[in-house]
Amino acid sequence: MTVRFGNPDRPNSYIGKTVPRPNAGRLVEGRGRYVDDISLPRMVHVVFVRSQFAHAKILGIDAEEAKSVKGVLRIFTGTDLAEVCTPWVAVLEHLKGLKSPPEHPMAMDRSCWVGEPVAAVVATSRAAAEDGAVLVEVDYDPLPVVADMMTALDAATPVLHPEMGDNLAFQRLHEQGDVDSVFETAHKVVSANFKTARHTGVTLEPRSILVDWNPSEGQMTAYHATQAPHMMQTVLAEHLDVPESRVRVICGDVGGSYGIKVHVYPDEVATAAIAKIMARPVKFIADRLESFTTDIHARDHEIDAKIAVDAEGKILALDVDDWTAIGAYSVYPRTSAIEGNQVVNLCGGPYDFPNYRAKTTVVFQNKTPTCQYRAVGHPIAVAVTEGLVDMAAAELGMDPVEIRRRNMYADDTYPVTSPANMRFEGLSHHQSMDKLLELMDYDALRADQAEARGRGVHRGIGIASFIELTNPSPFMYGIGGARISAQDGCTVRMDPDGSIVAMSGVTEQGQGTEAMLSQIVAEGVGVLPSNVRVITGDTQVTPYGGGTWASRGAGIGGEAALRSARALRDSILEVAASMLQAVQASLDIRDGHVVDAETGAKRMPLEELGRIVYFRGDTLPKGLPRELVQTRHYITSEYPFAFTNGVQASYLEVDTETGIVTLLKHWCVEDCGRIINPQLVDEQIRGGIVQGLGGALFEEIHYDDDGQLLNGSMADYLVPMASEMPDMVVGHIETPTQESALGAKGAGEAGTAGAPAAVMNAINDALRPLGAQVTEMPFTPERILRALGVIEE
Amino acid sequence: MTRIFDDKVDIDLTVNGEPVEARVPAGQHVIDFLRQDLGLTGAHASCEHGVCGACTVQVDGTSVRGCLMLAAQLDGADVWTIEGLSDSETIRDLQEAFIARNALQCGFCTPGMLVAAEELLALGGVPERAAIREHLSGNYCRCTGYEAIVDAIETVARQRAGKVQA
Amino acid sequence: MKASAGGYARANDLSHAMELLASSKGMGRVLAGGQSLVAAMNMRLSTDDMLVDISRISELSGVTDDGETLRIGALTKHVEIGANPLIQTYAPLLAEAVSCIAHAAIRNRGTIGGALAHADPAAEFPACMLALGATLHICGPDGERSVEIEDFFQDLFETSLEEDEILTAITIPKAATDEQQVLLEVARRSGDYALVGLCLVVRSTGHRISLLSVGSTPVLARNAMAQLDQGDVDGAVAALRDEIDPTSDTQASASYRRHIAGILLRRAVAQAIGDIA
Repeated sequence: MTVRFGNPDRPNSYIGKTVPRPNAGRLVEGRGRYVDDISLPRMVHVVFVRSQFAHAKILGIDAEEAKSVKGVLRIFTGTDLAEVCTPWVAVLEHLKGLKSPPEHPMAMDRSCWVGEPVAAVVATSRAAAEDGAVLVEVDYDPLPVVADMMTALDAATPVLHPEMGDNLAFQRLHEQGDVDSVFETAHKVVSANFKTARHTGVTLEPRSILVDWNPSEGQMTAYHATQAPHMMQTVLAEHLDVPESRVRVICGDVGGSYGIKVHVYPDEVATAAIAKIMARPVKFIADRLESFTTDIHARDHEIDAKIAVDAEGKILALDVDDWTAIGAYSVYPRTSAIEGNQVVNLCGGPYDFPNYRAKTTVVFQNKTPTCQYRAVGHPIAVAVTEGLVDMAAAELGMDPVEIRRRNMYADDTYPVTSPANMRFEGLSHHQSMDKLLELMDYDALRADQAEARGRGVHRGIGIASFIELTNPSPFMYGIGGARISAQDGCTVRMDPDGSIVAMSGVTEQGQGTEAMLSQIVAEGVGVLPSNVRVITGDTQVTPYGGGTWASRGAGIGGEAALRSARALRDSILEVAASMLQAVQASLDIRDGHVVDAETGAKRMPLEELGRIVYFRGDTLPKGLPRELVQTRHYITSEYPFAFTNGVQASYLEVDTETGIVTLLKHWCVEDCGRIINPQLVDEQIRGGIVQGLGGALFEEIHYDDDGQLLNGSMADYLVPMASEMPDMVVGHIETPTQESALGAKGAGEAGTAGAPAAVMNAINDALRPLGAQVTEMPFTPERILRALGVIEE
Repeated sequence: MTRIFDDKVDIDLTVNGEPVEARVPAGQHVIDFLRQDLGLTGAHASCEHGVCGACTVQVDGTSVRGCLMLAAQLDGADVWTIEGLSDSETIRDLQEAFIARNALQCGFCTPGMLVAAEELLALGGVPERAAIREHLSGNYCRCTGYEAIVDAIETVARQRAGKVQA
Repeated sequence: MKASAGGYARANDLSHAMELLASSKGMGRVLAGGQSLVAAMNMRLSTDDMLVDISRISELSGVTDDGETLRIGALTKHVEIGANPLIQTYAPLLAEAVSCIAHAAIRNRGTIGGALAHADPAAEFPACMLALGATLHICGPDGERSVEIEDFFQDLFETSLEEDEILTAITIPKAATDEQQVLLEVARRSGDYALVGLCLVVRSTGHRISLLSVGSTPVLARNAMAQLDQGDVDGAVAALRDEIDPTSDTQASASYRRHIAGILLRRAVAQAIGDIA
């Protein structure tokens, strides 16, 4: 079942080519179908009354006045929904000690963050439901608030969930080698405190779900903007007591996800519970203000870290103490301990060094829950590692490229196991660095920097090497007991006219999944990509699979598609061989025709084969298999995770009077294994970089000491816009994984992983002659001026 | 005596070249009217406070935020949405350039982005990349990182300028 | 985020608008371009308003040359101001400001009268008008009155406009040929509200400096103006930092804003001198 990737002139060579996305045409014409575009007969709208307090007892809810609003049909409280919906507990057994209390779809007798749903108002329109919601009177008795991360475990701090005993959700210490003694004796030790701000995904399409319940069939149908329709099917079935076979989750066009839409949200489950009670379609579309308080947040980390190096710049040891606060609950079912855990797994990633200690401490607080968001943990680990490496280089008077070259794993050394116990099958740090330096013309850029400095203009170059974890096996969630599928499946069938339909468990969120699958299936079967109709996002028809997260779509979903396509090819050729009285191995399928493999001479169009199989089966030999449909599932088994690698560079200018940073250009060379569609990979990288740049320069959720979110609007929570973003040069090295025939590893998060560190290092490169350094993201104008000592009060 | 202020307002307008009569709630914004009453779901409601640009449509020849204009204010207006701009082939070249350059991912911002881009392109000439970026500064895209969008618009500007010269 | 409006009425002309306002029993709200009001309504920061839509009153739109002054109709849109030759020649500060205000689609509907009546201390036009020394023309139940811009802004989003009054026009002195007008801002992203903005007008009669985003109203920096009139730039910077009382928010602290105000003044003076030279 091999594909001769080395031969670009092979027949049906669609893998590796830029092929247009089949779904782009309808999206540019406004013909997409997002959840809010769907309207069903008898549909009603739900709006949630949300807690105004970060922590309060709910003494009573008076909905009488709200019920009198024209259009308002029903009002639900947490206890109403508890009758039809069981609570969940978001822990994973392999994250030892992780704890979190049961969580209901709406608060029962206590609210634990500003924005937690407390009551639900159902009305004939969203506007009427909002009119009702403002009239629901909730009697709150405020409780003490846990708002600060670093004091969450202090004895004087109140315990958020008394039954948990303390505010510690999870802690993990990993230690390898003799870290302490190395730090005592090392040539140089550099330490720093890093902070990454609270972010949120700000998907342009808000969270959206429309759930219908048909009691006469016992059938639930959920139109849901999600990355994991099968996971949602399982969750809704389990907690609303419906067989999985009777829950259909349909995920049409999704307006951006980035990890935000892979979680179980209380208000979304509440919507399903209400649909089950009211036996009619219920729509919930989060508005933008509630998006900021209820979409998951991420990356609220503070890290003390230090590095020990010898006189030659060899890294001797790394010591990382990471703290993160996850809000009031661990998020179901992936849990909120993963980002901290990833920091432990990923720090030091590109480098070959012996002594490593990393600890993460994950605490509860009265804020919006945090969970997995694009590049989970990576931007933190890369910033800590690359920041320290640059600081060490500066201490040694060494070029930042040189210190990396001296420490990165050699390209011919794989497989290796890192000090964090991560197993790397094959990476290309040195090749990637070579390519980066060539693309950016490093020496010329240094000359430009020096020339600018002569004019009093402060420019900086920042480099950041990174690894990215992709293609997770059940070691990520499944072994911990979560019903999150690491495998994925694809069904490929040939219709009578010879056209191909492929149904996949991975989903399209705009990254080009359907294009990627169409190329693989086209090559696997032997037809044009335009002749492959790809169907994703419908649990009633697609094979059970994990969906789209952790950059697994191409690596897992793509491999399943390739295997099912090759299996269908074999089925077609078996029939063709019989019809043509030929040896099966002498035949091939190219551009929709059965051909002679040797000469390429056309023997029969697939359309004719389809006509015979479907309508004149009487003419075929008895006993000839005639299934022109094949399903294959794929799961990785050799490695717990695939790893990709890459290196980024940022060139920027700092206005040292105002603190404004202007991004001049950005480069990324990455190795995602087999590239299926170069354009789609490039644009994943670019989009990912810009999301990382947002974290570096703009994005920060602010809370006050009472747990009130202070900047919950698009005008106040800043994300990257076109004017401030640089052009980005993207290059590739291809080191396919040997675990699959396809060899793809995934490219969705590499950009986000490395960009913040590259910017941080570039800013510090610019500021170093002025004796300043920044390590707290985002690097706002004010933080830069404070680092420069310009503002002191 | 008739009410001086109406909580339902009668409007008579043209949408995508077709006449429309409607009675709209006083507080309903244009984008809800287009999406919910007329079924024109191409433009999207995303922030509803005028920041993201996903609801951008053409009203009387200029781009406007659909969430910052009331449907009641549309009386007599000539409205074009992505659906009409597509059917009329007005921006076919721009749409094709977006597809070719993969200047969209999730597609949620795209209808608004196209209306904004067309407003710039209608000025003629080939704008600098910085000018393209500046013109798009009110249209939020979380997927692409903007570069592909800028490329696509620049390409169309060149194409159109070439045609004008030829 | 659905607005809850009390009602809507479209004014045919100014007197109709005055009638509508008078009949609204204090719940009237003038709707012009709506670029701030509708956003506030969507967020339910403003509810049950009786909306008096004045946006179709053509007599309130346009820029005219009145000899010594320019008269700008309150309904003149930002995009029209940016492109208007009279503005570009006699009030370049306003043309410059347009490029800083939000984004194209907002500028297509937003009106200068709306911007002034909304009195957002972070907005460009209020501060520009302070620097230019504008006169505001207001129509009320008892006829017309004029207010000097220095007396117009009262507090955050509060002006001396009464509930039953409508801002109809603004007059500004035409810039002499040797006049310098500079607007500088520090904003984190293009079109964002500035962290700090500064207008400098250099006239034969003296300097005028105004700031945006440094308090609850746009601010005229009289002490700094006096220092600049003396030719003392360092003194002006010190006076400016001393006389403003900026607020802290999630974007920047008061200290940052105070510091940047001084930086912008230095840069504005340098630019004005450059312009002269």
